[in-house]
Amino acid sequence: MGERTYQHMVRMERIRMAYGNVVALNDVSLTVGRDEIVGLIGDNGAGKSTLIKIMTGVVRPTGGDLYIRDERIDLSHYSVRRAHDWRIETVYQEKSLGEKQPLWRNFFVGRQITTRLGFIDVKKQKAITNDVLRNQIGFRGAGISADSPVQKLSGGERQGIAIGRAMYFDADLVVLDEPTVALAIKEVQKVLDFVRSIKERGRACVYIEHNLAHVHELADKLVILDRGEVVGTFKKGEMSLGELTRFLLDLQKEKAGGVA
Amino acid sequence: MNMRQRLARIEGLPIIVVFLVLVACFIAASPEVFLHLPIYYSFLTTVPPVLVLGLGLTFVIAAGEIDLSFPSVIAFSGYVLAMLYKDHGLIWPAVGLAIAAGALIGLVNGLIVAYVGVPSIITTLATQFFWGGITTVISGGLSYSLREVDETSMWTVFVGKIGDFPMQALWAIGLAVVLWFIMNRHRFGEHVLFIGDNANVAAVVGVNVARERVKLFTLMGTLAGFAAVLLTLENRNFFNTQGQGYLLIALASVFIGGTSIFGGQASIVGSFFGAFIISMIEAGLTATGIQGFWVRAVVGLVFLAAVIFHLIMEQPQRRARLVQMFKLRARPGS
Repeated sequence: MGERTYQHMVRMERIRMAYGNVVALNDVSLTVGRDEIVGLIGDNGAGKSTLIKIMTGVVRPTGGDLYIRDERIDLSHYSVRRAHDWRIETVYQEKSLGEKQPLWRNFFVGRQITTRLGFIDVKKQKAITNDVLRNQIGFRGAGISADSPVQKLSGGERQGIAIGRAMYFDADLVVLDEPTVALAIKEVQKVLDFVRSIKERGRACVYIEHNLAHVHELADKLVILDRGEVVGTFKKGEMSLGELTRFLLDLQKEKAGGVA
Repeated sequence: MNMRQRLARIEGLPIIVVFLVLVACFIAASPEVFLHLPIYYSFLTTVPPVLVLGLGLTFVIAAGEIDLSFPSVIAFSGYVLAMLYKDHGLIWPAVGLAIAAGALIGLVNGLIVAYVGVPSIITTLATQFFWGGITTVISGGLSYSLREVDETSMWTVFVGKIGDFPMQALWAIGLAVVLWFIMNRHRFGEHVLFIGDNANVAAVVGVNVARERVKLFTLMGTLAGFAAVLLTLENRNFFNTQGQGYLLIALASVFIGGTSIFGGQASIVGSFFGAFIISMIEAGLTATGIQGFWVRAVVGLVFLAAVIFHLIMEQPQRRARLVQMFKLRARPGS
């Protein structure tokens, strides 16, 4: 890919998403810098997941513009595969691995190493998977190999696999959807270290997280979503953890007030 | 690698053992029949349509879907073949169009399931009745006797014999090999497995779920059309209920073979031997002279037993719960 000369990895402008009469996202705009960690915060139903699904090509928005590496994207042709071509990788919480499938399939599904007729080079895929398991993720002697099915792994190991996959495919933007949910403390630390390493490699990251302490510490920029709209964008250091917590609590009150 | 690991790597080994045990039982019960080749040639003549259907259903079930419409494809495609041959004197175009008719029915099933979003069990139940009805209407409920068809090249190619070995068995075995590679080594097979495992995961990792589902049902329809060609030519006859007997045994062959009813896991080898096992059980029962409906009852029972067996083997927690249940039941009495 050569030098990364673009300003923004992703720029979303006035993105709108409606399912029938239900508006999930209303004119949402946001930017992700070349090596920026963007933390997305918001209640359940605020639209975080929808937003990243649009960013990663899983769903198509009803309106708005998407720019990747400062280039305008034709949304009618945007897909997960196109996102992969742009080196955008996603680690979805518990939802990006096929439970019954061996790791070598999980590693490459969607972009298998194949012959022209579509037959998979199993040997090569297994070799690469084993190499990544040993040398990048550090599953040494843990009894995990390319042939292990996902259902045998712990929650932390699964995140490790999904993250290792993103690393292998040399992502310029890694999207993490609540990667630390349901993890033991030691495993959480590993995931947070990985998020840091993304920035150290000069890559960007969009990070959805419920744990405010984690996201406040890690993110260069916090974007707060509420009922489908961006209600606040803060740079690192503009707000203390306490202030952030209060801001979010006020939002809650407002919402409760609105209902009453 | 020790012996045990090596054995564990053989796909469908338990089902192969069951098959061999069954053959041994038949030999023990009637050695004069089962120690000679003709009975096996007879199986190789009658099992291929079941086998071809089972191969297609293995893909469908691995994807977490079901197809109940294939008995009507067997009727409709069989009608297309018989009508074009008998009324229009066509030979190879008749074969092509019969298979194409099956593909078309499958394609429509797939479009309804993938793009309209109707669950496959409902879609294919409806299309089974639809195409079954259509076949009866346009054939006028009549059967077509195709007595001279065995003089045609298509007959020789599809159901003729090499020595005593039936051609349809060669076709079925060839298809099984090709489809094994598609399932286990091709991109499409992998996509099918991921869709059956979890369709949301499949979408997220970049599988075009809708398009693959359409391909899946089209494949099933095509194979059912091919099974219809084999069956109609072998029988030298078409009748409009000719598919009805296949619903149960074709599905049974897949489940006996160990393909998961939850999707995400498939065994082509299992379905291959499953087709022979269920057909041999059926033939064996018929040979004992019991009445037809008893045969169906037993086949239904074997079907259910196989599903329950694999269900329990596949899910240790379910197995544990079952054991627990029996323990709890036993305690008050003791």
